[in-house]
Amino acid sequence: MPLLHATKLVAGWQHPTTAPLDFTLENGRILGLTGPNGVGKTTMLAALAGKARVFSGSLEIRPGLRVALQTQDVPPVDGLPLSGRELLALTAASPDGLPPWLAGRLDVRLDRLSGGQRHYLALWAILQAPADLVLLDEPTNNLDAAGVEHLAGALRERVARGAGVVLVSHDHDFVAQVCDRSITLGEVADVV
Amino acid sequence: MWSDLFLLPFLTGLCLALILPLLGCFLRLRDEWLAALAYAHVAAAGALLALVGGVLPALGGMTAAALAGAGKRLFARRLAGGAAFAVLLLGGWAVAVLLAANQPLAERLGHALFDGQLYFSGGAQLALVVPWAIFAGVVLLLLSRHLLLARVYPDYFRARHLRAWPVVLGFDLIAALTLALATMTMGVMGGFTLIFIPAWIAFRRAGGWRRGLAIATLIGVAGYAAAFFLALWLDQPFGPVLALLLIALGLVIA
Repeated sequence: MPLLHATKLVAGWQHPTTAPLDFTLENGRILGLTGPNGVGKTTMLAALAGKARVFSGSLEIRPGLRVALQTQDVPPVDGLPLSGRELLALTAASPDGLPPWLAGRLDVRLDRLSGGQRHYLALWAILQAPADLVLLDEPTNNLDAAGVEHLAGALRERVARGAGVVLVSHDHDFVAQVCDRSITLGEVADVV
Repeated sequence: MWSDLFLLPFLTGLCLALILPLLGCFLRLRDEWLAALAYAHVAAAGALLALVGGVLPALGGMTAAALAGAGKRLFARRLAGGAAFAVLLLGGWAVAVLLAANQPLAERLGHALFDGQLYFSGGAQLALVVPWAIFAGVVLLLLSRHLLLARVYPDYFRARHLRAWPVVLGFDLIAALTLALATMTMGVMGGFTLIFIPAWIAFRRAGGWRRGLAIATLIGVAGYAAAFFLALWLDQPFGPVLALLLIALGLVIA
């Protein structure tokens, strides 16, 4: 059974805000959702996580699926004495495989890291959490070229170890590089 | 000096000095440090009400605080954004002052609760505080991961279908009852001092969460012991001496 199977799925919060969407996500695959601002990419991701409402169509989720969700909200760590190692321990994420520019800073407080370093650690904690389905919203935000390159490798390695990934991104090059399939959301149903 | 007259109050306060800074760190994590003042005032009002009604004050204080901790969830929508704690604080203060103004018995206890007179604690209070401090400490450490996760990754918490209400209700009850015991033992502001200042310093200075808990506990215990002997030596009420000592420490090292 696939991890996710969506048929003419329309999602929203108070009212429908996305075009109907069809897709199937198998284990070991990465699905990218792209499209201009305001077409409901984040809302669709929230619907997959059970946060937003499904207004029409159907969404079948494999029973017992463990979901890890990364949103664009920055974890509120300013003024909080929490180290990177402790952050990873919260989601049971392994630090193995972190880039060298972060691996040596794991015992530093998160609010004393740069914005990019903090973002990547927060992302890593979700990406490497024990999960069958990883949902990522704009994961390349705040990352420099080295960070984006490392993330691409980490994503491929993560699905190879057994998981499916749905990621939302406006970065077409990144989506083309890492995703097995991409869907461009539009004002109308224009599934690619 | 080490007669029962001083030893029992010292040990009772020491147990609270171990647990209150820990609780303060979790309250600060949840942006709920005002809860300490709120529960303390509700507990004081409950104790005075119990005294007037002929019931054990400690029982009244703990019952009132527990009801406040569990009951605030019923008004969560109406009292969002920390308003619940402000309302509890104002309500507790108003009831306590009115009782103290109209009942001579309540007036005496009211002064003790708000002045922070630790030296009146006896064996019965110690027998209550020791097991509670151990229980509260164990529960806080068990809830620690979920409390941190709910704060740092609320969406992950929900996506994993982790149930938030047992964690939040359990924490609220631990906070309310611990604050009630602290209020009965060392007064409203004495308890608040040990909740607020060690956690404030630890959040400023610690390099990580575990180290923060250790620093807060160390500051709480050291500050408490120093204030206990200083207040005794100077023949002053314990609460204000503790507050001034820890404020001075905080301004220097935070």
